[in-house]
Amino acid sequence: MDFLTVLISRANYWAYIILMMIGLYAMIAKNNLVKKIVGMSIFQTAVILFYVSIGAKQGATIPILLHGHAPETGGNLAHAATGHGTAAVQAVNYINPLPHVLMLTAIVVGVATLGVALALAIKVYKEYGTLEENEINQRLRRG
Amino acid sequence: MIWQLDLIILVLVIVCAIAAINVKDLLSAAILLGAYSFLLCLLWAIMGAVDVAFTEATVGAGVSTVFCVAAVFHTTRRTTD
Repeated sequence: MDFLTVLISRANYWAYIILMMIGLYAMIAKNNLVKKIVGMSIFQTAVILFYVSIGAKQGATIPILLHGHAPETGGNLAHAATGHGTAAVQAVNYINPLPHVLMLTAIVVGVATLGVALALAIKVYKEYGTLEENEINQRLRRG
Repeated sequence: MIWQLDLIILVLVIVCAIAAINVKDLLSAAILLGAYSFLLCLLWAIMGAVDVAFTEATVGAGVSTVFCVAAVFHTTRRTTD
Protein backbone atom coordinates (compact mmCIF):
# COMPACT_ATOMS: atom_id res chain seq x y z
CA MET A 1 0.00 0.00 0.00
CA ASP A 2 1.66 3.21 -1.16
CA PHE A 3 1.60 6.54 0.62
CA LEU A 4 -1.31 8.06 -1.34
CA THR A 5 -3.58 5.10 -0.58
CA VAL A 6 -2.85 5.39 3.12
CA LEU A 7 -3.45 9.14 2.99
CA ILE A 8 -6.85 8.77 1.30
CA SER A 9 -8.05 5.76 3.30
CA ARG A 10 -7.30 7.59 6.57
CA ALA A 11 -8.61 11.00 5.39
CA ASN A 12 -11.14 11.28 8.23
CA TYR A 13 -8.44 10.88 10.85
CA TRP A 14 -6.16 13.46 9.18
CA ALA A 15 -9.06 15.91 9.02
CA TYR A 16 -9.83 15.22 12.68
CA ILE A 17 -6.22 16.02 13.65
CA ILE A 18 -6.22 19.23 11.56
CA LEU A 19 -9.57 20.41 12.98
CA MET A 20 -8.46 19.67 16.54
CA MET A 21 -5.26 21.68 16.03
CA ILE A 22 -7.27 24.58 14.52
CA GLY A 23 -9.54 24.60 17.58
CA LEU A 24 -6.62 24.38 20.01
CA TYR A 25 -4.80 27.22 18.23
CA ALA A 26 -7.92 29.42 18.34
CA MET A 27 -8.45 28.72 22.05
CA ILE A 28 -4.82 29.52 22.95
CA ALA A 29 -3.69 32.21 20.53
CA LYS A 30 -6.78 34.27 19.69
CA ASN A 31 -7.31 37.52 21.58
CA ASN A 32 -11.09 37.87 21.22
CA LEU A 33 -13.32 35.93 23.63
CA VAL A 34 -15.92 34.96 20.99
CA LYS A 35 -13.10 33.67 18.76
CA LYS A 36 -11.93 31.49 21.65
CA ILE A 37 -15.47 30.13 22.05
CA VAL A 38 -15.65 29.39 18.30
CA GLY A 39 -12.35 27.51 18.67
CA MET A 40 -13.81 25.48 21.53
CA SER A 41 -16.79 24.54 19.36
CA ILE A 42 -14.47 23.43 16.55
CA PHE A 43 -12.45 21.36 19.04
CA GLN A 44 -15.60 19.58 20.25
CA THR A 45 -16.79 18.75 16.74
CA ALA A 46 -13.31 17.38 15.93
CA VAL A 47 -13.70 14.86 18.76
CA ILE A 48 -17.17 13.96 17.43
CA LEU A 49 -15.66 13.46 13.94
CA PHE A 50 -13.09 11.05 15.43
CA TYR A 51 -15.72 8.96 17.18
CA VAL A 52 -18.08 8.76 14.20
CA SER A 53 -15.12 7.79 11.98
CA ILE A 54 -14.40 4.85 14.30
CA GLY A 55 -17.92 3.54 13.70
CA ALA A 56 -17.89 4.08 9.92
CA LYS A 57 -17.54 0.98 7.73
CA GLN A 58 -16.98 0.48 4.01
CA GLY A 59 -19.87 -1.25 2.22
CA ALA A 60 -22.22 -1.34 5.21
CA THR A 61 -25.66 0.19 5.61
CA ILE A 62 -27.16 2.37 8.33
CA PRO A 63 -28.01 0.52 11.57
CA ILE A 64 -31.68 -0.24 10.85
CA LEU A 65 -32.74 -3.89 10.48
CA LEU A 66 -33.31 -4.88 6.83
CA HIS A 67 -35.51 -7.93 7.38
CA GLY A 68 -37.66 -6.66 10.19
CA HIS A 69 -38.13 -8.53 13.42
CA ALA A 70 -38.39 -12.24 14.03
CA PRO A 71 -41.88 -13.66 13.37
CA GLU A 72 -44.18 -14.05 16.37
CA THR A 73 -44.00 -17.63 17.64
CA GLY A 74 -46.74 -17.70 20.23
CA GLY A 75 -45.01 -15.52 22.80
CA ASN A 76 -41.77 -17.51 22.77
CA LEU A 77 -39.64 -14.44 23.36
CA ALA A 78 -36.53 -16.30 24.52
CA HIS A 79 -36.42 -18.20 21.25
CA ALA A 80 -37.03 -15.09 19.14
CA ALA A 81 -34.37 -13.07 20.96
CA THR A 82 -31.61 -15.50 20.05
CA GLY A 83 -32.27 -14.70 16.38
CA HIS A 84 -32.71 -18.17 14.91
CA GLY A 85 -34.09 -18.70 11.45
CA THR A 86 -34.28 -16.16 8.63
CA ALA A 87 -34.24 -13.07 10.83
CA ALA A 88 -30.68 -13.51 12.13
CA VAL A 89 -28.83 -10.19 12.22
CA GLN A 90 -25.54 -10.09 10.34
CA ALA A 91 -23.55 -7.48 12.27
CA VAL A 92 -21.00 -7.11 9.44
CA ASN A 93 -23.66 -5.50 7.21
CA TYR A 94 -24.39 -2.64 9.61
CA ILE A 95 -22.41 0.39 10.74
CA ASN A 96 -21.60 0.28 14.45
CA PRO A 97 -24.25 2.51 16.11
CA LEU A 98 -22.59 2.74 19.55
CA PRO A 99 -20.30 5.75 18.77
CA HIS A 100 -23.28 7.52 17.14
CA VAL A 101 -25.33 7.30 20.32
CA LEU A 102 -22.42 8.52 22.44
CA MET A 103 -21.85 11.50 20.12
CA LEU A 104 -25.56 12.39 20.14
CA THR A 105 -25.06 13.25 23.80
CA ALA A 106 -21.78 15.05 23.06
CA ILE A 107 -23.46 17.40 20.53
CA VAL A 108 -26.14 18.45 23.02
CA VAL A 109 -23.55 18.94 25.78
CA GLY A 110 -21.45 20.98 23.33
CA VAL A 111 -24.34 23.37 22.63
CA ALA A 112 -24.96 23.74 26.39
CA THR A 113 -21.27 24.61 26.90
CA LEU A 114 -21.44 27.11 24.03
CA GLY A 115 -24.50 28.78 25.56
CA VAL A 116 -22.88 29.13 29.00
CA ALA A 117 -19.63 30.45 27.47
CA LEU A 118 -21.47 33.05 25.37
CA ALA A 119 -23.52 34.14 28.39
CA LEU A 120 -20.27 34.66 30.34
CA ALA A 121 -18.82 36.61 27.39
CA ILE A 122 -21.87 38.90 27.41
CA LYS A 123 -21.40 39.48 31.17
CA VAL A 124 -17.72 40.29 30.59
CA TYR A 125 -18.68 42.77 27.85
CA LYS A 126 -21.25 44.47 30.11
CA GLU A 127 -18.60 44.73 32.86
CA TYR A 128 -15.59 45.88 30.82
CA GLY A 129 -17.05 47.21 27.55
CA THR A 130 -14.79 45.07 25.38
CA LEU A 131 -14.24 41.46 24.31
CA GLU A 132 -10.48 41.74 23.69
CA GLU A 133 -8.44 39.88 26.27
CA ASN A 134 -5.51 42.35 26.38
CA GLU A 135 -7.85 45.33 26.93
CA ILE A 136 -9.60 43.45 29.78
CA ASN A 137 -6.18 42.72 31.32
CA GLN A 138 -5.25 46.44 31.06
CA ARG A 139 -8.49 47.41 32.81
CA LEU A 140 -7.84 44.87 35.55
CA ARG A 141 -4.26 46.13 36.08
CA ARG A 142 -5.34 49.79 36.20
CA GLY A 143 -8.26 49.44 38.60
CA MET B 1 -19.26 5.71 2.48
CA ILE B 2 -18.36 7.41 -0.83
CA TRP B 3 -14.73 8.49 -0.42
CA GLN B 4 -14.73 11.15 -3.19
CA LEU B 5 -17.66 12.99 -1.56
CA ASP B 6 -16.05 12.43 1.84
CA LEU B 7 -12.80 14.10 0.72
CA ILE B 8 -14.58 17.11 -0.84
CA ILE B 9 -16.67 17.71 2.30
CA LEU B 10 -13.61 17.31 4.53
CA VAL B 11 -11.71 19.97 2.57
CA LEU B 12 -14.72 22.33 2.75
CA VAL B 13 -15.04 21.71 6.51
CA ILE B 14 -11.37 22.59 7.12
CA VAL B 15 -11.65 25.71 4.92
CA CYS B 16 -14.75 26.82 6.86
CA ALA B 17 -13.01 26.25 10.21
CA ILE B 18 -9.94 28.28 9.20
CA ALA B 19 -12.15 31.06 7.80
CA ALA B 20 -14.28 31.13 10.98
CA ILE B 21 -11.30 31.77 13.24
CA ASN B 22 -9.49 34.18 10.88
CA VAL B 23 -12.29 36.48 9.70
CA LYS B 24 -12.15 40.06 11.06
CA ASP B 25 -15.85 40.30 11.97
CA LEU B 26 -17.64 38.39 14.72
CA LEU B 27 -20.97 38.14 12.86
CA SER B 28 -19.15 36.59 9.89
CA ALA B 29 -17.46 34.19 12.29
CA ALA B 30 -20.87 33.15 13.68
CA ILE B 31 -22.30 32.56 10.19
CA LEU B 32 -19.19 30.65 9.09
CA LEU B 33 -19.54 28.45 12.19
CA GLY B 34 -23.12 27.71 11.08
CA ALA B 35 -21.90 26.76 7.59
CA TYR B 36 -19.23 24.56 9.20
CA SER B 37 -21.89 22.79 11.26
CA PHE B 38 -24.09 22.16 8.22
CA LEU B 39 -21.10 20.71 6.31
CA LEU B 40 -20.41 18.43 9.28
CA CYS B 41 -24.08 17.39 9.13
CA LEU B 42 -23.51 16.31 5.49
CA LEU B 43 -20.40 14.43 6.63
CA TRP B 44 -22.33 12.48 9.28
CA ALA B 45 -24.98 11.58 6.68
CA ILE B 46 -22.24 10.31 4.31
CA MET B 47 -20.72 8.21 7.09
CA GLY B 48 -24.13 6.62 7.84
CA ALA B 49 -24.73 8.34 11.17
CA VAL B 50 -28.16 9.72 10.26
CA ASP B 51 -29.26 10.31 13.87
CA VAL B 52 -26.13 12.34 14.54
CA ALA B 53 -26.76 14.24 11.28
CA PHE B 54 -30.30 15.17 12.40
CA THR B 55 -29.08 16.34 15.80
CA GLU B 56 -26.21 18.32 14.28
CA ALA B 57 -28.57 20.06 11.83
CA THR B 58 -31.10 21.08 14.48
CA VAL B 59 -29.03 21.60 17.63
CA GLY B 60 -25.48 22.08 16.35
CA ALA B 61 -26.16 24.25 13.32
CA GLY B 62 -29.51 25.82 14.22
CA VAL B 63 -29.45 26.59 17.93
CA SER B 64 -25.72 27.35 18.27
CA THR B 65 -25.82 29.77 15.31
CA VAL B 66 -28.77 31.57 16.91
CA PHE B 67 -26.84 31.70 20.22
CA CYS B 68 -23.75 33.14 18.50
CA VAL B 69 -25.70 35.78 16.53
CA ALA B 70 -27.62 36.78 19.69
CA ALA B 71 -24.35 37.11 21.63
CA VAL B 72 -22.81 39.23 18.87
CA PHE B 73 -25.83 41.55 18.84
CA HIS B 74 -25.67 41.89 22.63
CA THR B 75 -21.98 42.75 22.53
CA THR B 76 -19.98 44.01 19.55
CA ARG B 77 -18.87 42.94 16.08
CA ARG B 78 -15.42 44.44 16.49
CA THR B 79 -12.41 42.14 16.72
CA THR B 80 -8.70 42.61 16.20
CA ASP B 81 -7.93 39.06 15.09
